[in-house]
Amino acid sequence: MAEFKPADSMYEWFDQRLGIDKFVKVMMTEYWIPKNINFLWAMGVLLTVMFTLLLVSGIFLLMYYKPDVNMAFDSVNYTIMQEVGYGWLFRHIHAVGASVVFLIIYIHMFTGIYYGSYKKGREMIWISGMLLFMLFSAEGFSGYMLPWGQMSYWAAYVITEIFGGIPLIGGDLVIWIRGNFYVADATLTRFFMLHVLLIPVAILGAIVFHFYSLRFPHVNNEEGEFFDFDEEATKYLEGDKKGSKVVPFWPVFLSKDFFVLGFFLLFFFYLVFFHYDFAMDPINFDKADGLKTPAHIYPEWYFLWSYEVLRGWFFEIAGVSGKDLGLMAFGFANAIFLVLPWLDRSPMVKPANQRPYFKYWFWLLIADLMVLTEFGKLPPTGPNAWVGFGASLMFLVLFIALPFITKAEAKKVEGK
Amino acid sequence: MKDESRRGFIGKAFGAVAAVGGVASLLAMKKTWDPLPSVMTAGFTTVDVSALEANKLQISVWRGKPIFILKYTEDMKPTDGRSVKVGDHYYSVMIGLCTHLGCIPGYEEDNKKFKCACHGGEYSADGKQTFGPPPRPLDIPPYKINGNTLVLGEEGPEYKAMMAKAGGA
Repeated sequence: MAEFKPADSMYEWFDQRLGIDKFVKVMMTEYWIPKNINFLWAMGVLLTVMFTLLLVSGIFLLMYYKPDVNMAFDSVNYTIMQEVGYGWLFRHIHAVGASVVFLIIYIHMFTGIYYGSYKKGREMIWISGMLLFMLFSAEGFSGYMLPWGQMSYWAAYVITEIFGGIPLIGGDLVIWIRGNFYVADATLTRFFMLHVLLIPVAILGAIVFHFYSLRFPHVNNEEGEFFDFDEEATKYLEGDKKGSKVVPFWPVFLSKDFFVLGFFLLFFFYLVFFHYDFAMDPINFDKADGLKTPAHIYPEWYFLWSYEVLRGWFFEIAGVSGKDLGLMAFGFANAIFLVLPWLDRSPMVKPANQRPYFKYWFWLLIADLMVLTEFGKLPPTGPNAWVGFGASLMFLVLFIALPFITKAEAKKVEGK
Repeated sequence: MKDESRRGFIGKAFGAVAAVGGVASLLAMKKTWDPLPSVMTAGFTTVDVSALEANKLQISVWRGKPIFILKYTEDMKPTDGRSVKVGDHYYSVMIGLCTHLGCIPGYEEDNKKFKCACHGGEYSADGKQTFGPPPRPLDIPPYKINGNTLVLGEEGPEYKAMMAKAGGA
């Protein structure tokens, strides 16, 4: 055992045992962040705060929620909303938070795409981030089932039905996932377990991994500039704070993050208190009824783009049914972002607007996702069906074309 | 060297025990998610169809699924391999879930067709898909004809003949 001298202070007593000094240095005061960044670099901290808000509000909801088909609806809409003191507040924080967290995730994701922060050593940051996106999607989906309203029920029904499209085992797999022939009590309780335990634990692990994956390649900057972090850190520590290209995570970077966070939280709580209705679909205030489909089913806004990719395919092509084509396109759409670092064949790490061809691709993708989102909520009839098909096809074409576009870009840049 | 092989053997033996335990626990976890025996064995639904009104859709429930039973009017022609004859009348007996993604289509009496509001799929009165994304006609549940009643969940000779015809076609 190591020799311990008697400590002169409480701080020293803990420092001897836990290495607080060193820990704070490694995690905070000597964790270096580039200077040349803007408010979009604050999204990570915003997401951490949002996850904490969801966790805390979720813990309070968990005290009164009952995962049973006969009790779930009333435990949410009567007990929590009307009887529990400030129960409404926690529900609104949780519902609005679930929606807003996806808004920030999308901003975070497309900041990464715009600035090329997913390649040249940053692949694992991107992949762990996409893993988090998938986990949050699963968390959102499983949580949406819990109030057991009509939208909860039919979203659960339609999404679990998607697994039926898998060849050979599809039919049995759907029954296995649901624990019944239809979405029933067994389905509710198992998705409750996933929502409050398994997925949150996985998310916590993935967040730690995501942070860790940042340590070696470091955070990207506004110009995509590569420099020696050790050298710049030494400069900073020797007093040349102005000349150094980096700042410490704490207190410099975080203080600016907190400023952005302050504005964000004003916006967030404005929504929670005055505009929570956008996250509370009126159809979900009808209790789940397995024998009555609502006239029009649509997911929450953040799933609309992939939902539209799924249903955009409404006719047979070369003997493959519209349903199968939709499933394939849906699977493609959900997996393709994961391999983005390898689809981008250009070595340039620059903001998109400084890249001769990529900038068109980027803005086309944003436009296409907006169209998909818009039409995902409209009834898929008449011209809507064709716009949906066109946008869905466009999505596939964009990603298939990306390697060729970026290859051509690399050639053009080298030729200069 | 003797030592090395001893360690190697212990390592492999440990690995084998761990692998068996791992596979066994995966199996147990899979089984935990299986539908309960009570769920699997539950559910034969008996419907008396003699009193139904023609061209009015009757919806019964079998294993949590809506079952469409539609009595044909005089001018509706029965479809070979899809229409069920009970007594003197023909009926459509189908699982009322759109074969696209499982929404429940509504029946339009005037046009004598089913229309799914979710993704715009349409079916004729005998359940054949006529428009939109549905990949196949509405499914026919296993049934047995017992006088004027249908027993859903049991495979009667008429059902088997119908399936044989569908499979052979």
